Amino acid sequence: MSSASSSAAWKSADSVPDQFPAGLRVLVVDDDPTCLIILEKMLRTCSYEVTKCNRAETALAILRENKNGFDIVISDVHMPDMDGFKLLEHIGLEMDLPVIMMSADDGKHVVMKGVTHGACDYLIKPVRMEALKNIWQHVIRKRKNGWKDLEQSGSVEEGDRQQKQSEDAEYSSSANEGNWKSSKKRKDDEDETEDRDDTSTLKKPRVVWSVELHQQFVAAVNQLGIDKAVPKKILELMNVPGLTRENVASHLQKYRLYLRRLSGVSPHANNSFMNPQEETFGPLSSVSGLDLQALAAGGQLPAQCLATLQAAALGRSTAKSSIPMPLVDQRNIFSFENPKLRFGEGQQQLMNTNKPINLLHGIPTTMEPKQLTTSQSIGNINMQVASHGVQSSQNNSALINMQVASHGVQSSQNNSALINMQVASHSVQSNQNNSALMQMGQPQFARAPRLPLSVGQPIISNGIAASYNPVPQSSSMLNFPMNHASELPGNGFPLGSTPGMSGCTSKGTFQEDFNSEIKGSVGFMSSYDIFNNLNQHKPQNWELQNVGMTFDDSRHSNSLQGNLDLSQSVLVQQGFSSGRMSGQNRSAAVVSKAMFSAGDSTEPGNLLNVSQHLNSLPVDNTIRVKTESVADVNSDNLFIDHFGQEDLMSALLKQQQGIAPAENEFDFDGYSLDNIQV
Amino acid sequence: MERNPMRRQLAIMRKSLFDQGHLDEQFIELEELQDDANPNFVEEVVALYFRDSARLILNMEQALEGKPFDFNKLDGYMHQFKGSSTSIGAKKVKAESTLFREYCRSGNAEGCVRAFQQLKKEYGTLRKKLEAYFQLARQTGPMETASRPK
Repeated sequence: MSSASSSAAWKSADSVPDQFPAGLRVLVVDDDPTCLIILEKMLRTCSYEVTKCNRAETALAILRENKNGFDIVISDVHMPDMDGFKLLEHIGLEMDLPVIMMSADDGKHVVMKGVTHGACDYLIKPVRMEALKNIWQHVIRKRKNGWKDLEQSGSVEEGDRQQKQSEDAEYSSSANEGNWKSSKKRKDDEDETEDRDDTSTLKKPRVVWSVELHQQFVAAVNQLGIDKAVPKKILELMNVPGLTRENVASHLQKYRLYLRRLSGVSPHANNSFMNPQEETFGPLSSVSGLDLQALAAGGQLPAQCLATLQAAALGRSTAKSSIPMPLVDQRNIFSFENPKLRFGEGQQQLMNTNKPINLLHGIPTTMEPKQLTTSQSIGNINMQVASHGVQSSQNNSALINMQVASHGVQSSQNNSALINMQVASHSVQSNQNNSALMQMGQPQFARAPRLPLSVGQPIISNGIAASYNPVPQSSSMLNFPMNHASELPGNGFPLGSTPGMSGCTSKGTFQEDFNSEIKGSVGFMSSYDIFNNLNQHKPQNWELQNVGMTFDDSRHSNSLQGNLDLSQSVLVQQGFSSGRMSGQNRSAAVVSKAMFSAGDSTEPGNLLNVSQHLNSLPVDNTIRVKTESVADVNSDNLFIDHFGQEDLMSALLKQQQGIAPAENEFDFDGYSLDNIQV
Repeated sequence: MERNPMRRQLAIMRKSLFDQGHLDEQFIELEELQDDANPNFVEEVVALYFRDSARLILNMEQALEGKPFDFNKLDGYMHQFKGSSTSIGAKKVKAESTLFREYCRSGNAEGCVRAFQQLKKEYGTLRKKLEAYFQLARQTGPMETASRPK
């Protein structure tokens, strides 16, 4: 802290001091000495404790040194050593402090940039006393939101996701992606604010379509006959307390689409995964049970589970489309799933148990309520990989929405483990509200206080761990060493923050890890590819975010089995983080970026893509965790074709090549990653 | 008593700075920050401004010597310069900076040169006037809180 001059000892009070806002600890960063000294004097006059520094790097160092030493940061936009927005992102990710941007520039686009990057306010120079007198409100607001997040178990985005998912369910094809996206975005925005202000409890309660629940549903539907199955009757038959007709209706819609896909997909080589785009994972749900077991079996789960799942899913749904899903994919899926299991807190359970249904369990229980629709959290192996326009609203926690090849997959996977392998999906709108994700998004902490991160963290780890449990590290897929986790700076953001941050130290580690991981693990590859693809297409690929997240998770979840978690969590996280952190735009995006960037450097392959994308993700600050748009995977390359035979990875790789840019909207709940400039 | 004429003169000087458009409201903000703890706050800030901005002026001069002009660089410098000038309330200087930036953005080299010359002129004028002002202020001794010219 060479250039910083602290005005006084830091008040490390966690609670608001009595004389608040007096004593507010402000860090002001500006390369202009004149402005700096004026601001300092002004802030002192407001009875704030001021520390000034003229370089962004110094500011970061100071902040890192004194994690709780400051309440708010004021930073100039144009600085020689680091862009003010980048600093904003860093702070959001690492410290989750409110940041006020200021500039002599009052152009609309610059101000907008501030907003999207998560600045809690934007001041035009010359800054007057009046403007500074009220900056304390941002501190309070952030804390308040943070508490709220905590209360909501970090499932703030869940509410959003749920809502989103229902919306997602509406859309059935990529054609609607645009609309969907926009509407989702709107929704997300709304959700975001809602989340922040209200507790998620105010939102419609999410229904987690657990395996059991889905089975009940399917049984009811079969009993009534698919043609005659109306939500009301289904609801009656199911006789589940707390379940509403709307829940059933949206789930039914998804299920119907899924069935339709299954029957219509047979011509494609889509393995069952692909078909169900919207995937109601009816079949999957049942499969998931099986899969879970497979997964649980350990390491090998992925492949086997997938196969099982697919078989189950396929068999169940229409028996038409064989589940060609290549086992490989399955593997990947599972691996992904783990991360997806966004189990925020519930994840732990998953992790610990290698129960076969880990995925499912984790999912339903922990899955954010969002999962309401479709996607039964069945471990969401929404192997919708090749599904076009799959709207796997996989609320799966283990969303292994292998929607990778799905075009227009709208996997509103609120999966925590959003491994929404929607990598290949075009316009995959994986609203992966993966809770696990979030964590990555956390960097965007601009808004949410650490909570999201913390929440996400456990989730991710859980989710990932959970999912990974079955997948032992032995699996090649999980090559990712948990090192990543360790590498990651523990700033509060499980992974996201560090990787994302440019200059994050963890970056290096990740990269290596990733690279190695990816290479080694087949499963990963696919996931990464997916992500890469996604990233490529969508600047905001949530996937990326997830990726970033995973890293975090790995950290947390120590048990994360491996690498998969990392990758997945990264992916997941990325998605989440973006969404989660409403306001923490950066976090998700950043995180993912970081993660990916790490990959980039080392791995020419997927990681690069991912990281690149991450960086380029124009994530706006409100990173909405809702992982929405998943990179569009060229439908051509969709795994569908290759699933049966090739590894998901290879499929993914292929896809990467062919992946068409997908407009991913990172609509993370509340967090929109924007311009995550790495 | 002898101070009164000086104070009166100081007040007149100050008023003319505002009336002639050299200074704006922001300068008053600075004056209001001045207190017993920092009795010469305004002068210190202004001195700091001239020191720092001189460096920017030099950079810009150098950039204007090279051909062709690096407009981005020039714009960057001017943005910084404008920010500083705005902070102390240097109204005319700020206006010239804005004009310069416009020329920069439109790639008008001649316009830039002209605007820069004009800017330097205003900058020099302001500097002289403020130096005289503060010199008198020091002689006058600590002033009461500045009063708004209007």
